[in-house]
Amino acid sequence: MDSVFSHTIAAILTIGIISFLYKDNPLYKFCESLFIGVSAGYWFVQQYYANLLPKLFDNLGITKLVGAENAPEGALQALFLEGRLDDNLLYLIAGVLGVMMLLRLSPKIGWIARWPLAFTVGSSAGLYFITYFQSNAMSQLEHTILPLNSFNNLVLIVGTVTGIIYFYFSKEHKGVFGGAAKVGIYFLMITFGASFGYTVMSRMSLLIGRIDFLFGTWLGLVK
Amino acid sequence: MRRQVPLLLTAIVGFVYIIQFFVPHKPFNIIEHLFTDWILIIAACAIWLGVLNLLKLSSEKVYKRAKDWPYALVIICGFFMITVAGFFFSGGRAFQESGTAFDYIYVNIFTPLSATMFALLAFFVASASYRAFRARTFEATLLLLAGFFVMLGRVPVGDLMTSWLPQGYRLSDLAGWIMMVPNMAGQRAIMIGIALGIMSTSLRVILGIERTITGGE
Repeated sequence: MDSVFSHTIAAILTIGIISFLYKDNPLYKFCESLFIGVSAGYWFVQQYYANLLPKLFDNLGITKLVGAENAPEGALQALFLEGRLDDNLLYLIAGVLGVMMLLRLSPKIGWIARWPLAFTVGSSAGLYFITYFQSNAMSQLEHTILPLNSFNNLVLIVGTVTGIIYFYFSKEHKGVFGGAAKVGIYFLMITFGASFGYTVMSRMSLLIGRIDFLFGTWLGLVK
Repeated sequence: MRRQVPLLLTAIVGFVYIIQFFVPHKPFNIIEHLFTDWILIIAACAIWLGVLNLLKLSSEKVYKRAKDWPYALVIICGFFMITVAGFFFSGGRAFQESGTAFDYIYVNIFTPLSATMFALLAFFVASASYRAFRARTFEATLLLLAGFFVMLGRVPVGDLMTSWLPQGYRLSDLAGWIMMVPNMAGQRAIMIGIALGIMSTSLRVILGIERTITGGE
């Protein structure tokens, strides 16, 4: 009975979203709004349990302070009970930066959110600089340096090199350089087509999953 | 103060990450680990900020009885329903424990809604490609053929149509070859291009040449 009720809720919501194919209607708008609200709530809770609780509240000892069971001792306990400065006290700075981020909600002091934002941008820039250098630039180049002993290897090398040539805009695409860039465009077109086909198939499999749920799990028409 | 401090913060944090890559020893590895945790905390607060902003806007809409305000109310109710379940009727630290009220909402409301929302894109992609895909040029024909063979090669009917061919020459094999060879070559060119672009942009940000993040020009 319970599963019938839950499946019916899921089925109504599924039909509600699919109903948009006919036209924008109140049932779709209801389902869309519910999706927004539930998604926001899900990420709100997820971020608390995955990041804020273990990394901020536990390290600082706030979880222990509010009397939670099995909570680990943190920096505040070390400071006030043992009188020593724990390394985890540094997480207080992260907490302050987090609060500064939330101050964006206040129009008068919203500018202060630029500080945590700058921290995030700086770390992303530093992290991306090295990770993209390592995994995208160097690693991809390394895997392109192949022996010319097969047709596939030849296609891979020509495709990669001509594709890079196409992205080089500091020199006019003329003559041999222009010809190579043209070959690069052909490879890029195949890539876009393949990516498109791949994306369509992944969406189709999701759709088949929902149709299977409606006609199989819910209505029991497909065994 | 409003401009200089963010620029200084960006530069310090950015350089710490770059230095620890080349010198993965004390104190840089410890600072990098600490900064990574800080980032996760700030990112969580940024997500909370987005959610609270959504609630603020929705509440204003309901309060002012603006157009479509009942849907804003649905957003608020949906948010509180899963949040209350998450904080009071879940598995706590193992918040997605099966059998809890939070998991019930996740499985029966969140999952069907998100899966159907993305499945809906199949129809829009199909109708958009019907309008946009025209084999007018050689490049467009290549794109069309690559998409066609990848799609057909990934469904059973593709192999059925070419079942008379020996193994290794069927449509699924052709789709696999397209994905693994010419597609891979194009992807590599794009990835290397993206990497060079990101590296130069990152350097501009760290060195303070790119100042839009501070609200400047």
